[in-house]
Amino acid sequence: MATVPSTARVVVIGAGIVGNGLVHHLARLGWTDIVQIDKGALPNPGGSTGHASNFIFPVDHSREITDLTLDSVRQYQEMGVFTQSGGFEVARTEERMEELRRRMSSAKAWGIEAELVSPAFVKEKVPFLEADQIIGAFWTPSVGVVDSLRAGTIMRESALEAGVLTVVPTVEVTGLDTEEGPNGRRRITKVRTTGGDIEAETVVIACGVWSPKIGDMAGISIPLTPAVHQMISVGPCPQLEGTEGEISFPIVRDMDTFCYERQHGADMEVGSYAHRAILHEPEDIPSIEQSKLSPTEMPFTSDDFDLQLEQAYELMPELLGAEGAEMRYAINGLLSLTADGAPILGESEVSGLWTAAAVWIKEGPGVARAVAEWMTQGWSEIDIHHSDIARFHAHQERREHTRLRTTESFIKTYGIVHPSEQYESDREQRLSPMFEAQKKLGAFFYETAGWERPHWYESNAHLLDVYGDAVMPREHEWDARWWSPIINAEHLRMREAAGVIDLTAFCIFDIEGPGALESVQRTCVAQCDVSVGKVIYTPVLDARGGFKSDLTVMRLGVDHFRVVTGGAHGMADRKWFTDHLVEDGATTLTDLTNDISTIGLWGPRARDILASLVTDDVSDSGFGFLSCRDIDVHGIPVLASRISYVGELGWELYVSMDQAAELWESLLEAGDSHGAVPVGIGVYGTTGRIEKGYRAFGAELDAERTIIEAGMQRPKVKAADFVGKQAYLAQRETPPATVLCTLTVDDHTSASGIKRYMLGGEPILTRDGGTLTDGHGHHPYVTTAGSAPSLGKHVLMAYLPVDQATVGNQLAVSYMEELYPVTVGSVDATGLFDPSNERIH
Amino acid sequence: MTNVLVCVKRVPDASSEVVLTADGQSVDGRFAGFTMSTHEECAVELAALVTAAGGGEATALTLGDAEAVEQLRAALAVGCTAATHVVADPQRFGPADVAREIAAVVRDHEAAGRSYDLILLGNDAADSGDFQVGIRLAYELGRPVVNGVTHVSVADGVVTASGAGTDGYETYRVPVPAVVTILEGGVEPRYPTVPGRMKAKKVAIEERTPAGEPTGPNRVKLALPPPVPSNVQILGKGADAAPAVVDVLEELGVLSR
Repeated sequence: MATVPSTARVVVIGAGIVGNGLVHHLARLGWTDIVQIDKGALPNPGGSTGHASNFIFPVDHSREITDLTLDSVRQYQEMGVFTQSGGFEVARTEERMEELRRRMSSAKAWGIEAELVSPAFVKEKVPFLEADQIIGAFWTPSVGVVDSLRAGTIMRESALEAGVLTVVPTVEVTGLDTEEGPNGRRRITKVRTTGGDIEAETVVIACGVWSPKIGDMAGISIPLTPAVHQMISVGPCPQLEGTEGEISFPIVRDMDTFCYERQHGADMEVGSYAHRAILHEPEDIPSIEQSKLSPTEMPFTSDDFDLQLEQAYELMPELLGAEGAEMRYAINGLLSLTADGAPILGESEVSGLWTAAAVWIKEGPGVARAVAEWMTQGWSEIDIHHSDIARFHAHQERREHTRLRTTESFIKTYGIVHPSEQYESDREQRLSPMFEAQKKLGAFFYETAGWERPHWYESNAHLLDVYGDAVMPREHEWDARWWSPIINAEHLRMREAAGVIDLTAFCIFDIEGPGALESVQRTCVAQCDVSVGKVIYTPVLDARGGFKSDLTVMRLGVDHFRVVTGGAHGMADRKWFTDHLVEDGATTLTDLTNDISTIGLWGPRARDILASLVTDDVSDSGFGFLSCRDIDVHGIPVLASRISYVGELGWELYVSMDQAAELWESLLEAGDSHGAVPVGIGVYGTTGRIEKGYRAFGAELDAERTIIEAGMQRPKVKAADFVGKQAYLAQRETPPATVLCTLTVDDHTSASGIKRYMLGGEPILTRDGGTLTDGHGHHPYVTTAGSAPSLGKHVLMAYLPVDQATVGNQLAVSYMEELYPVTVGSVDATGLFDPSNERIH
Repeated sequence: MTNVLVCVKRVPDASSEVVLTADGQSVDGRFAGFTMSTHEECAVELAALVTAAGGGEATALTLGDAEAVEQLRAALAVGCTAATHVVADPQRFGPADVAREIAAVVRDHEAAGRSYDLILLGNDAADSGDFQVGIRLAYELGRPVVNGVTHVSVADGVVTASGAGTDGYETYRVPVPAVVTILEGGVEPRYPTVPGRMKAKKVAIEERTPAGEPTGPNRVKLALPPPVPSNVQILGKGADAAPAVVDVLEELGVLSR
């Protein structure tokens, strides 16, 4: 029986591609006394790495996943385990061709060589493919395959050679011990195993499909599910005989049947994402001894694969039907899926307990590097906030949520997913007090952080006639999918009269106690030592000076601050503030998200409407911009905050959940005679903000962007210290490498005559289609696209190279492989609409 | 022309640790999955070879629950062209019951004009290991039986069955119709081809209910033997282990000095 060391600086649980990558990168970054354990034997302990298909298509619509993949490919190449094969994503339908055109946008935006090619082009490189089954393909020359087991061994051995790693295979984790820290947060103390206990202050769970089971031992949720990906291997195929090495033919992804064909010596592997979602619980995965092949190579259920077999046969009949070619290997391979498709990385709510799970071969080494950097210095070169384990809200930590969502999304692995597409399963998890009333108004709900949020209201459809073509209707189904011109009608009515907006999804937490001021000061860029009753809008930075968040803080008392942030990213913000709380045992952070609802009231008539419901002075002199205070609205106690994310006069009204519906009704009732209507998040999140040049975290702002690049610098930097201050001061002294600009589309007419409207993610090019590159070596892409109805324009935001960031500069945007002329309208945070901000007063 | 009936049983696949069901009545296949016994895979292969050589049809038969259709499809994918499924809970059927059910199918098919010159079975089932069905079936049908052979062929109304015996290699010749039970090792069962699997999917499978009430297997309970202590011997580490490894390989006859 193997035994483990009794102490370690860090314990890495798992010896798959992620665990091995982690020990390598931790060692490289100077960590010592690393212990790596796995319940299996090396080099293939029986997890998902051992049966992976090992091929890598670099282009993904997500920048984060693409960057992690590109970094992984670079690492695999350096290790000498990458074989380039090229790869096709073939289309059998016109709808798929359009998706492949959209894929071209992502390829150009992320700087990856790719082209759309004819069936004949595919046939030339893959002679055994039936060209008349397809109408075209997306060709990526840089696609390749890797030897992930060899890569794991190389990385593990590099840490062993450095003398900083002890590897103990065949020991199983039986428990994780935690203890309460001084700030009330638990921290990890010990890993219990079948080979003894290891005391450690840092532990990483990197054991793929088993991670939820290990997480449970410390009381943390790692919401991934083991799911089946079926694959078979057919051979020997005479057409493939005599091929040498790992792979000789490009990999074919048959996108419309959700299958792929990947040659491997004389065999052709056919894999599928088309079958029903077959999910397992981590506890039901067999042990090594109980399995026929390995724990993650489950028995093949042939019935589930029969349709794919026929479809694969259609595409490659001569190869798959060749004399002597038999199905020699067939498995239900287990891999990890998450509800939102992103990995689960970062420190959990238990201090020192990290996760690196739900990672595929294509991202493995890149994820390992990023997580190791994060553990070492608090940030990673590649921003991985979409994968942060801190992102999950309570309802998302349920296994049920993961099971329902992955059941829905599995079939979308190769699917055509609209960027605004909403999930159907596990909805209505969090309902605002106004939900029933909103349903009656015909609200079309989007989901944010489990909240049902009206994106627009059918009750406002009558406004379409009022505003006519000013609502900028969209002719093309794709452009208009998950969208309504009613959004733009609501926008125009808000600008003309007023809008009432449900903002219940906000994350709200109070920081109170003797260290409250110090806690927010050290976390926020803006000066937080302001008078009680002031509202602060502030960036939040990491130590590199990249955006962790942007949010508002209200000073409600000398030792009392309230942080208000978006629902989607709110849990990560909460963790960040918790991590930076003064540890005096008296300063606390309290989450009030489920206690407080927020209703926005904005528009030129907002003051008249509010005034009709209050006795307080709500004039500009009596209730100034960026101030907040308690008032009674129609007899309901409300914390009113004079701020705006849509560039209009008005307030955010914070109200107790149980009185929110009443407030909502009274605002709509009082607003009615002023022309006010309920307005959806379509306006709040997109049209209203982009007209004003307001940035959004996750779109314009992330950890790879700086305040300077985003054009959000203030004349002064506060004297108090804060996270990222040194970096920010240095950024202020250096010319930016890129500049966030707002552009307008000059002409929408496509070659077919149909007007097209970009949705975001498209590359910005020179007017004649030439590539642009900024000082980071990145290519500009659209971070947000949307209507600006008050300007009568479609607006795009993008980081441009500095020399292109001049107002009036004429460029182009590529959408579905056609160029549309655009013009730079703003090169800083100045809004295209009401640039002097007169309307908010 | 030789018509062959080959009988298969859905059994849990092999794994190094045997898992029993909670009631101790059977081996649990939820981790390792299900398959047909290795002996039966060879029987199916022989059925395919016999019919390919002399013409005729190979029919697969099973008695099992709804999932057992998977094993029939597997047989259809590698050379069988017809299949019959006696749908029943196999746990309730002992070897005598199963033999009677197979005999009932043979008689009914014969009455319908489909007779079998040769009935192949596995020597014993991988899960229950009763070793009885073949000989009971032959008795029930009044046919000659050869047990535990690895090769079988049919020519001119004579079945030639051969395999290793206690005193050397044995060959038997019996007249058709006959029953033969097969041991693995004589033939290499083929894997399915893609067209074979697609064809198998399209075959209409005859479904039957049991002909009679089973008497049951009379099994009290399965129990696992005590775990075998690990006999792993560490020969050394790194390059120092090389001479010891060479010794072992020589002992195994893999190499000679």
